[in-house]
Amino acid sequence: MNIFIQTLARDLKMALRNPSSFLNPLLFFVIATSLFPLAISPEAHTLSNIAPGIIWVTCMLAVLLSLNALFHTDYDNGVLEQMVISHHPLPLLLLAKTTAHWLLTGLPIVLLSPLLGAALFLDSASIGVLMLTLLLATPSLSLIGAIGASLIVGIKNSGMLLSLLILPLYIPILIFASSAVSQAQFDLSISAQLYFLASILILSLMGSPFASALALKTSLE
Amino acid sequence: MSELIVNKLSCQRGYNNLFSDLSFSLTSGEILRVSGANGSGKTSLLKILAGLSGGECGSISYNQNQAGSSEYQKDILYLGHLPALSPELCCRENLSYLSRLQGGNVNGQIRNALIAIDLKGYEYEYAANLSAGQKRRVVLASLFINTAPIWLLDEPFTALDSDGVSILEKQINKHSDNGGICILTTHQDCNLSNMRTLSL
Repeated sequence: MNIFIQTLARDLKMALRNPSSFLNPLLFFVIATSLFPLAISPEAHTLSNIAPGIIWVTCMLAVLLSLNALFHTDYDNGVLEQMVISHHPLPLLLLAKTTAHWLLTGLPIVLLSPLLGAALFLDSASIGVLMLTLLLATPSLSLIGAIGASLIVGIKNSGMLLSLLILPLYIPILIFASSAVSQAQFDLSISAQLYFLASILILSLMGSPFASALALKTSLE
Repeated sequence: MSELIVNKLSCQRGYNNLFSDLSFSLTSGEILRVSGANGSGKTSLLKILAGLSGGECGSISYNQNQAGSSEYQKDILYLGHLPALSPELCCRENLSYLSRLQGGNVNGQIRNALIAIDLKGYEYEYAANLSAGQKRRVVLASLFINTAPIWLLDEPFTALDSDGVSILEKQINKHSDNGGICILTTHQDCNLSNMRTLSL
């Protein structure tokens, strides 16, 4: 467990010393979302209708943008090699790296979302639901993304390949999360969607570290 | 007596058969220098021994523990071509994390290890600002911390100056005197006692 905290602390420290690595995807999230009112219509009714979709799509693309760097630097400088041959369980080390990724990408998106929701005229109850869906589902995005990132580590210019691998797995999350927010706007029940997002989270939390460890071992061979 | 046994190991990369039916064993205190032309499979052999990649067939064991098992991985220390340092971290942080990954007991030893490898005063320098030789020294400092019995060193003398080479030779000899096993690849002449050579 000690090595989990060490790895997490190391990744956070490295990111804070090179802030552009995690600020770029967040900036993309804010800019892309705030461009929609300019392009479509500044009218409150239209915007609040499409807001859940806009915020969720840009969130997903921002996470996808950040995934490329998840293992790449450590692969290039050889630390990943040391992780694979370490006697510490590799899934635990990768879970620590994925947790750091969520703290630097997913969590800031959750915290920024009320601001963007308000800018797109979402009512306060829907903003609450939006934050809840993001909080439930962004960890799954990081966890599922880690599997893809470990599969493509070592391949140059693999951004497009990563999107092709990962996006199909993200689609269910996108559908349930944005429909939860849309339904909340009409005061309908959203428990089905929330249960579904929670079950994806539990499933990916249990499966992803082992799958990424296996993928990483194969890619490094 | 602890023994590292390599039995009928084969390795293929692409269409090239690098080596096949390679068998040898090393007992406590022995140093093995793997020699051979470029592309003859020295690094591949070390990677297989480190548990980083699997050979096509054959087996490796140390004290009845097979390569890849957690007990075996605990007994090895592998330093490859890549420096395993992150540019955003200082020497101290890099070395401390690297040694923890390798399973060493790092408490209070980082400073002494950096002094031993002649990097006094560089503790808080970022790895990005170090020269190639200094980076290599930081990585090699983990040899002064780790207590793993088997050292696998891939070209450890690269980029080192003559002082660095002699410090490293002394440390490898000390390791072998203490009953450790060391397998290394190098193209340089090195002054190591109790050394055998394996040609690929």
